[in-house]
Amino acid sequence: MTFALFTEQILNGLQLGVMLFLMAAGLTLIFGVMGLINLAHGSLFMVGGFVCAAVAVWSGSFWLGLAASLVASAAAGALVEIAVIRRLYDRDHLDQVLATFALVLMFSEATRFVFGSSPLYLNPPAMLSGPVMLPGGIAYPAYRLAIIVAGLLVAGGLGLLINRTRLGVRIRAGEADREMISALGIDIRTLYTIVFALGAALAGFAGALVGAIQSVEVGMGEPVLILAFVVIVIGGIGSIRGALIASVIVGVVDTMGRFLLPDLLSGMMDAASARGTGAAIASMLIYVLMALVLIVKPRGLFPAHG
Amino acid sequence: MAEFLNERRMSLAIALALLAVPLMAEWLGNSFYTTLATRAAILALAGVGLNIALGSGGLISLGHAAFFGIGGYAVGIIASHHQAYEPLMTWPLTIAATNQMPVLWLVAILASGLAALMIGALSLRTSGVYFIMITLAFAQMIYYFAVSWPAYGGQDGLSIYVRDGFPGLNTLRPLDFFLLCYAVLMVVLALVRMISGARFGAMLEAVRQNPARVAALGLSPFRIRLVAFVLSGMVTGLAGALYADLNRFVSPSMLSWHMSGEIMVFVILGGAGRLFGPVAGACIYVLFEHVFGGVSDYWQFFLGALLLGVVLFARGGLIGLAAGRARHD
Repeated sequence: MTFALFTEQILNGLQLGVMLFLMAAGLTLIFGVMGLINLAHGSLFMVGGFVCAAVAVWSGSFWLGLAASLVASAAAGALVEIAVIRRLYDRDHLDQVLATFALVLMFSEATRFVFGSSPLYLNPPAMLSGPVMLPGGIAYPAYRLAIIVAGLLVAGGLGLLINRTRLGVRIRAGEADREMISALGIDIRTLYTIVFALGAALAGFAGALVGAIQSVEVGMGEPVLILAFVVIVIGGIGSIRGALIASVIVGVVDTMGRFLLPDLLSGMMDAASARGTGAAIASMLIYVLMALVLIVKPRGLFPAHG
Repeated sequence: MAEFLNERRMSLAIALALLAVPLMAEWLGNSFYTTLATRAAILALAGVGLNIALGSGGLISLGHAAFFGIGGYAVGIIASHHQAYEPLMTWPLTIAATNQMPVLWLVAILASGLAALMIGALSLRTSGVYFIMITLAFAQMIYYFAVSWPAYGGQDGLSIYVRDGFPGLNTLRPLDFFLLCYAVLMVVLALVRMISGARFGAMLEAVRQNPARVAALGLSPFRIRLVAFVLSGMVTGLAGALYADLNRFVSPSMLSWHMSGEIMVFVILGGAGRLFGPVAGACIYVLFEHVFGGVSDYWQFFLGALLLGVVLFARGGLIGLAAGRARHD
């Protein structure tokens, strides 16, 4: 195993972590402000991927596709919030789970109806399609590096938005006391729609970026959704900072586990069974991590409230 | 209408209807509907299991596919050894595989109970939305393990070439297998009714309504919930064992989070916390799948719409709509 390969895997882990952050940030924001658990967040991720792929094929421009995916996922989020989600804020978590599960079924089937069952493929933009040389002579795909940079920029932007702007003050106030801020004359319904659409846009952005690495297919958002839940449990619910740190931990642990475990086990058993066992254990690693965090800190590493 | 359609009468009607369909189908010589009714009975059993945690205990588990799948894989793995004439293990002692359902069921119940004990012990340290996400995550862990573990089929699943047997019955005949599943369902329903009428049922109800008060009485809400969660997992695991033999096939899809969602849908469509709620819900689900699945490839869209409608407008489920609010006595 060379240093270059090791660095490449670390970067891959970072890239997965950044993707997870885009999902987890929206989920944790929506939970923090509106108290809603949203299973349909993975569907918004899927909407982003499909719209980006479709528009990129139609127009020949990845960037146009990316812009369209942001608009479309934010619009889908706002629409769903006004039509359905809005009625769920006062309900218990069970109703929220069921209604958003129903939305998952409807989104998946509608997407399958429009785009068919076979996956779409999305090419990264031409200017990012080759490798870049990193210091130390490591060649790394430019597109993956761009995802890491874009994700970190969004994380920084989100931090500025929440901590430094008027909208951010309202969002934080909404987390603290929703009756109080509506009593102060802020239109809480619009605020909720904006927060939901913001979370949806983050998910759609992630879906569009990932679409050029993996295939774009129905159900592509669900594994990411569940990983984002793991991130939130580890990071502490409602905390953006916790979501960022936990995303990177989960991304790196998952990627490095898949990379290193088969090698480590090959010292103990023959190559074929080391590969199988290593892959099986690696797939469970982040859940074991989650279990450990739960034993030590049941409310996550960075709980937002108390 | 509420007078006539009280919950007990509706339960009886549902139980009789589920029994009547396959008898009628066999009489008409069409065993397809027998298989459909068997599927409904088994899915109902999975829902009855979840209902112990969800309806009576208020524990919103989105990970019950784990227990359903573990029950299924227990049967699938033992059957795969049996059909290859291999012992299950040779060290430290030799254990031969079997194709007798009572033994397989016992293994399935123990395995899913053990999994529920471990998952429950960890996830019951938290509550609310954390509990939902954690049960979902642990089920996904077992799903990925099944997908990537190559010894027992991995992604492709395992086939059971001949349905396992039950002493005194010919399980290859659809009606015999249906009656067996139906009997299991009824026995479990009777047990659940007994438990909910007993001291433990009262404690569980109390924990759901006011855990602080239960703790003040010197009882441990954690332990009561954990016992309920384990019982719940065991029943769903038993359903998984029957499901494996119904399809003569197990695959990771039994463990997928869609399955968890569907088991929850059975409970909710019928009415959470009602004894026969999951039975009604599973019957509606299977009927819906059969009718709409024949009309459109995209029938799950309509299932989603129905579910959304039930959640937004008819919160008591079908039994709640017909029989009025649950009596809390």
